[in-house]
Amino acid sequence: MIAEIQPLEDLESACRRHSWSLNAQELAAVRRHFKALRRAPTRAELESIAQTWSEHCKHKTFTGPIRFSDGKKTERIANLFDRTIAKATRELARPWCLSSFKDNAGVVAFGKKKGRWAVAFKVETHNHPCAIEPYGGAETGVGGVVRDVLGVGLGAKPVLNTDVFCFAAPDFDGPLPEGALHPKRTLRSVVAGVRDYGNRLGIPTAAGGLCFDPGYRLNPLVFVGTVGLLPTWALKKEVKAGDLIVAAGGRTGRDGLHGATFSSAGLSADSPASAVQIGHPLNEKKLLDALLAARDKRLYRAVTDCGAGGFSSAVGEMAEGRGARVRLENAKLKASDLKPWEIWLSESQERMVLAVPPKNLKALSEVFAAEDCELSVLGEFTSTGRLVVTHEGQAVVDLDLKFLHHGLPRVEKTAVWTAPKPQAVKVEQVKRSPAEILKFCLSHLNVCSREWIIRQYDHEVQAGTVIKPLQGVRHDGPGDACVIWPHAATGEMKDFSAFAVSHGLNPAYGRLDPYRMALACVDEALRNLICVGADVEHAVLLDNFCWASPDDPRQLGALVRAAQGCHDAAKGFGTPFISGKDSLYNQSKDANGKDAAIPGTLLISALAPVADARRALTMDIKGPGNALYLVGCTGEELGGSLLAQACDLPGGCAPKVDPKTAASAFKAVAAAIAKGLVLSAHDLSEGGLAVAAAEMSFSGEFGAAIDLDMVAKAGPIYSNEVLLFCESQSRLLLEVKPEKEAALLKALKGVVVKRVGVTMANPILKVIGLDGLVCLEEPLCALKAAWQGTLPRLLS
Amino acid sequence: MKAPKILILRAAGTNCDLETENALRAVGAAPERVHVGQFRSGRRRLMDFDALVIPGGFSYGDDIAAGRVLANQVRLYLKDLRQFVRLGRPVLGICNGFQVLVKAGILPASNTCEQTASFTVNDSGRFESRWVNLRINSQSSCIFFKGLPEMIELPVAHGEGKLVLKSPRQLEEMKKNKTIVLQYVSDDGKISGYPDNPNGSVFNIAGLCNAEGNVLGLMPHPERFTAIHHHPNWTRQTFLKSGVGLEMFRNAVQHCRS
Repeated sequence: MIAEIQPLEDLESACRRHSWSLNAQELAAVRRHFKALRRAPTRAELESIAQTWSEHCKHKTFTGPIRFSDGKKTERIANLFDRTIAKATRELARPWCLSSFKDNAGVVAFGKKKGRWAVAFKVETHNHPCAIEPYGGAETGVGGVVRDVLGVGLGAKPVLNTDVFCFAAPDFDGPLPEGALHPKRTLRSVVAGVRDYGNRLGIPTAAGGLCFDPGYRLNPLVFVGTVGLLPTWALKKEVKAGDLIVAAGGRTGRDGLHGATFSSAGLSADSPASAVQIGHPLNEKKLLDALLAARDKRLYRAVTDCGAGGFSSAVGEMAEGRGARVRLENAKLKASDLKPWEIWLSESQERMVLAVPPKNLKALSEVFAAEDCELSVLGEFTSTGRLVVTHEGQAVVDLDLKFLHHGLPRVEKTAVWTAPKPQAVKVEQVKRSPAEILKFCLSHLNVCSREWIIRQYDHEVQAGTVIKPLQGVRHDGPGDACVIWPHAATGEMKDFSAFAVSHGLNPAYGRLDPYRMALACVDEALRNLICVGADVEHAVLLDNFCWASPDDPRQLGALVRAAQGCHDAAKGFGTPFISGKDSLYNQSKDANGKDAAIPGTLLISALAPVADARRALTMDIKGPGNALYLVGCTGEELGGSLLAQACDLPGGCAPKVDPKTAASAFKAVAAAIAKGLVLSAHDLSEGGLAVAAAEMSFSGEFGAAIDLDMVAKAGPIYSNEVLLFCESQSRLLLEVKPEKEAALLKALKGVVVKRVGVTMANPILKVIGLDGLVCLEEPLCALKAAWQGTLPRLLS
Repeated sequence: MKAPKILILRAAGTNCDLETENALRAVGAAPERVHVGQFRSGRRRLMDFDALVIPGGFSYGDDIAAGRVLANQVRLYLKDLRQFVRLGRPVLGICNGFQVLVKAGILPASNTCEQTASFTVNDSGRFESRWVNLRINSQSSCIFFKGLPEMIELPVAHGEGKLVLKSPRQLEEMKKNKTIVLQYVSDDGKISGYPDNPNGSVFNIAGLCNAEGNVLGLMPHPERFTAIHHHPNWTRQTFLKSGVGLEMFRNAVQHCRS
């Protein structure tokens, strides 16, 4: 077969035809390169370049130059990622962060035995595939992030999956453009995809979140994360010239061509469905078992997963700084009629590429055969600095690796940011009663029970889910975070070292101020960790940005602000980022042909050690007659809040976070919890104090009486509704035994903390207003019914 | 005394094997996870082991039907399993392992190797992961439940857990020979519907044993309740002493030793 040649003259039209998503400057660089070589490129070469240079693989926006102007001054940011998120990590220089931003996932030290175990965490998005094929997109999203963790160092054993979804409300009944799926169908299919893939792999899906906003109607967001455990010795990987290139796992087919380039452009009715891969969890499980067995026998020197760009990017990445020689006819195929460039670019799932010393090949083959897992030798790594690919002796690719990895021209983008004008919310316009607002909040899609989803995930496989996502007397209350005791991976049942994982996400704040959103998301993720008794001082963060087109200066301006927020949050809380990812171009044309962009969305995922799983905490009230303490100050912060939605109050500012104050409060509370002074803890987020108290009460089936006069206020507040529902950050509600109150107050010296109520046997939530009169009294069963009814009603 | 050698049978796509191994090791057994391919090639022999556990989760992705492929392999490559059972050696099938035992014709026990029952999709139509209340049949001779209280709690996690039988007569026979060893019940011990019975299983059957009591198949996961901290309410209940699952494994080990 003769390789397809692409004449340089009509590069532009070929680029459009094959949806390569290369811009004019990039095409010019390609043309220059091949003109100098005095030859035309092959299709496969152009495909390799397009994949490698795509936004998806190279993160051009985050690492490229940006001219940023905020109305007052203009500055040039050479590399946004390096100047914000990576800078914070560098400056914090935490010794327990073993690998940040380098490998396929971030890695931190784990456990009591220093230097023995490490934990890897990665969160990915699979937004574009899930928009057009939600079931398959979600499946392969899970599969991809699991392989990312399998490809950290020499491979980590996955011990936890997380999932966070952003959708439009499932009861939407307006018009949709051609080809767009209804949000209800998207939600049901995505949940089914995560369930069918994650459950079959035997990895618990025990943490996550769900956020509804009309802005996600055409561009749903699907975040999938995996935490893995690996021995510290397996952190180091290197490729040596002469090592064999071994492809292991599933076979290569025509599914998933152009995934990376398709994810780097907006969506439309003719987005190619063939760009979505087809998942096969059994193949991934076999690969997982075989790979970890081979790792423990130290049979390979390096490994990486085949994700976007398939072999082209996996081999291209591993060969960087060296060289590679690939013979495509050796690849095991699903169909015999694949063209060479298709084999090279296919994103078929469940494949990993290994660098294997030739002497180990026999032993490796035996390990894989014992697990019914296929492998094939594609070629070998060289020291020529070139990527040479042939098919039956015919040249398919012959590229200089330097050009492939560093030839990308940097194009400066423009970002504009206009600071939001503070706009007062008219609190007098609150016309509904506190009880009505509370039920509105509890049944709101962003607060209501997620049990319908969580029960479909096997969240206890590997027998390490010590703190489960659903908590309380009847195992159905909303936990803040999960705690995983990974004894199935370590084999040590006597060691109760564990870790907790949580998330923070709030696009409603982002609409008002992306900088404050970033701080609030970090604050929320850390708050959640505290509530299960994690050691937040050793917490680490992951960022996942999902944004619309960065070619729109205002969108990019907001992105820059959010990234700056991440930096300030990391520095302020003393909590470094260890990994992250961005997904841009999340926009489509709506039914009227207008550009519909998602709200700028930042997912913060946090992981922290729990020194002893047996000292972890749940959020349900444990008994009557205990004191309720509120940590943190309550201000009149209603922007983006559920109260503002419930009463249709426009404007307002996103809640502000003072990371220094919050960090010292969090540290003190975590220490008090470690001393056993707290019975239960719950964070205040959407719906504020009222929702937190209601959730703690109905989960524990004990009542609570709260006196709003006792709440610590940041300035004068005269409204019961504001105190009950405002969403000031950095606040926690703690349940404390009467005999421990003095010790708690001593432990929280210097922290704003007030005794705001008591728990009681009577199963009601009762609130005394500022005027001393009862402003809310509701039976817990009514509150719980409101909270539990929403998803089953909309989805069953 | 020598630690009993316990086989944890693996196949492509098996999970729950590592935590089962940890649980067995914690009660003094010498567990070994062996891939079914090793029996196919004749490199390993079932008779070299003192007990057999087929762990829960999935096998072969549960493509075709839950446990179907592995059940065929058990019939073909573990031919001496009936002999193993006759010798009184403990056999435990957890979740997927129970599905395998049923589809391989080991449970409900009969004189032939014929499959007389099967599993189908949960009545809810969805995978169900939750803790359930269970009642042990105190008249059964099942070795795994010795010394345990009549009411226990364990987690289930399955999509195809609804046991269906060939005929009403079969159910009557099973009641008579006391092989229905475990039933889903409400928290006050009564037979009740969803979600107490998470899958709609006939007669609320959660587990079956043979008349001799050395073979047990159950949908709930004992390996997920081996420490009190596995219980969903361990942060509230201070009376929990030990995991029910751990006691079941301990019983199996003790039976091997006696």
